[in-house]
Amino acid sequence: MIGDTTRAELEEIAARYPHKRSGLLPMLHLVQSLQGRVTPEGIEACAEILDVSAAEVSGVATFYTMYKRKPVGDYHVGVCTNTLCAVLGGDLIFERLKDHLDVGNDETTPDGKITLEHIECNAACDYAPMMTVNWEFMDNQTPESATRLVDDLREGREVRSTRGPRVVTWREAERVIAGFSDGLADEGPAAGPASLVGLGIARDRGWTAPGLEARSARTSTSGDSARTSTSGDSARTSTSAEGDKS
Amino acid sequence: MTDTLTPVLTDNWDADRSWTLASYEERGGYGALAKALAMSQDDVITAVKDSGLRGRGGAGFPTGMKWGFIPQDNPNPKYLVVNADESEPGTCKDTPLMMASPHTLVEGVIISSYAIRAHTAFIYVRGEILHVIRRLQRAVQEAYLAGHLGKNIHGSGYDLDLVVHAGAGAYICGEETALLDSLEGRRGQPSLRPPFPAVAGLYASPTVINNVESIASVPSIIEHGAAWFSSMGTERSKGYGIFSLSGHVTRPGQYEAPLGITLRTLIDLAGGMRDGHELKFWTPGGSSTPMLTAEHLDVPLDFESVGAAGSMLGTRALQLFDETTCIVRAVLRWTEFYKHESCGKCTPCREGTWWLVQTLTRLERGNGTPEDLDQLLDQCDNILGRSFCALADGATSPITSSIEYFRDEFLAHAAAGGCPFDPAASTVFTPVGAH
Repeated sequence: MIGDTTRAELEEIAARYPHKRSGLLPMLHLVQSLQGRVTPEGIEACAEILDVSAAEVSGVATFYTMYKRKPVGDYHVGVCTNTLCAVLGGDLIFERLKDHLDVGNDETTPDGKITLEHIECNAACDYAPMMTVNWEFMDNQTPESATRLVDDLREGREVRSTRGPRVVTWREAERVIAGFSDGLADEGPAAGPASLVGLGIARDRGWTAPGLEARSARTSTSGDSARTSTSGDSARTSTSAEGDKS
Repeated sequence: MTDTLTPVLTDNWDADRSWTLASYEERGGYGALAKALAMSQDDVITAVKDSGLRGRGGAGFPTGMKWGFIPQDNPNPKYLVVNADESEPGTCKDTPLMMASPHTLVEGVIISSYAIRAHTAFIYVRGEILHVIRRLQRAVQEAYLAGHLGKNIHGSGYDLDLVVHAGAGAYICGEETALLDSLEGRRGQPSLRPPFPAVAGLYASPTVINNVESIASVPSIIEHGAAWFSSMGTERSKGYGIFSLSGHVTRPGQYEAPLGITLRTLIDLAGGMRDGHELKFWTPGGSSTPMLTAEHLDVPLDFESVGAAGSMLGTRALQLFDETTCIVRAVLRWTEFYKHESCGKCTPCREGTWWLVQTLTRLERGNGTPEDLDQLLDQCDNILGRSFCALADGATSPITSSIEYFRDEFLAHAAAGGCPFDPAASTVFTPVGAH
């Protein structure tokens, strides 16, 4: 049921914009956070608040892949099967998970815990093969790590994103996407190891943009030898040091 | 001589809690904003023009020139919209930037909005990167609390509101006119230009749309000067950029360097291709840019040189594939992506990508004939340049370029009655010593 509180929040979203219709996408995210999918009732509520027809709202809701017509489980598990992740192992991971969970693409386990979906490129190609849980990054997966991950989720063990916080539920995530903070911005690292690879090499070799201050790698264990060396090994050492500190 | 790697945007990513305002300001963050607010708006635009900064979202249009197109005599409000809908396959630079240093982007938004005289700005971020959304929301909140956003910013008399807007899953919304429709609460479908967004964009008002990395580069230009920026890079491709290496390379990741660095140098820095394997093909700037091969390792990665080599610099999304990768499988998967993401507005794209998948699937399964290759090229010829936006053009790029370089491999599928490759060999968890 969409009560007064939710209606007020939907109106609050619309009020963020110079023209209230701009609020529709986050409003539909909020509907999902409350009802687990885009419901006819949610469509009606958005339409009323925005003074547009329900058909127009439906037209928008059916255009975007993050909006679901069927109930989503507590955990939406995405496996990237765009070319790069697929080739590096995403296809095998997706096959393994379908088999392990006994569901097809975009289907939910009977216990309502997990919805499995193959997803398109999610901007983490340097962490391939990558997965998502409720749109948190789960980097550098294997079929084994992926099955462990879904088992942990199903059995209620705490799961952390490789570059983010403890995983929240799908509905909680949808609320953040709608623009309501969950206070978790400060959790997780600044960057994963791959994001810091080039920076680590620059630190080790004293490379900077013209005139900028050279900084040393904060936790580099490779010492001065790396600075003068151009071998791949020294860079590798510093890279692993970068990885450790996050 | 400029160093091989030049961290500017990535320079604070290893700082403690780099995403917070305190950490950003400790490194001199928001100093460029103070400097910009003491300049005239036109001087800020001139600085960006003089720097030679070209759009970092793929097309490479000069950023300062785009700002100059905003008709200041138009009575409607002006808007700045940041395109943070990073979705081009292989592209993964804006996402780590916004996660590690959202304030770099926020500072750039404020300076850029000031320059074009916008009082409302938006960051349109894709919805599928939750933690990035959190970090952006928090950074904007911190910027308001510090007086960097809101009314009368630092006593300058300048007002700006910034809204973080999350999308809902649609690759097409990276296209600027579709993005604006989506930001207006509609289906994201491109429209014909002109009118360009500079004249009739968001709410039919003058609008600048820039990529995250473009806007994030602005504070450094203001802080260090246009000449500093243009001292890096090549004659017509100035400055630095983030190069994203992914795939069969020893150390995939982000490498920030002056434009014009070669893939050979980048692979060298990345520790080479994975052990015992060699480069087969690569994309210079995402899947929509025609693929290149080992022949092109020494092409300077700038707009002109990659263009002369028959491709496009795009987003510097360097996806590297070794000899274990089946070209037909790779291209079919990309084609399925374009079919899935076609918004359906233009017939050549909606129907054409469907037919491309049919033909490629037949070839991939070994049921194709040599005539299918001509058929594919003919289909591409009937799609390229016949739709409102570049999605359809991008869909043809992997196909025409792969047939150019690997025609025999397509034919080998037909001869073998199936794919001659072992997909397990191309995975990262394949046992060492496997073929």
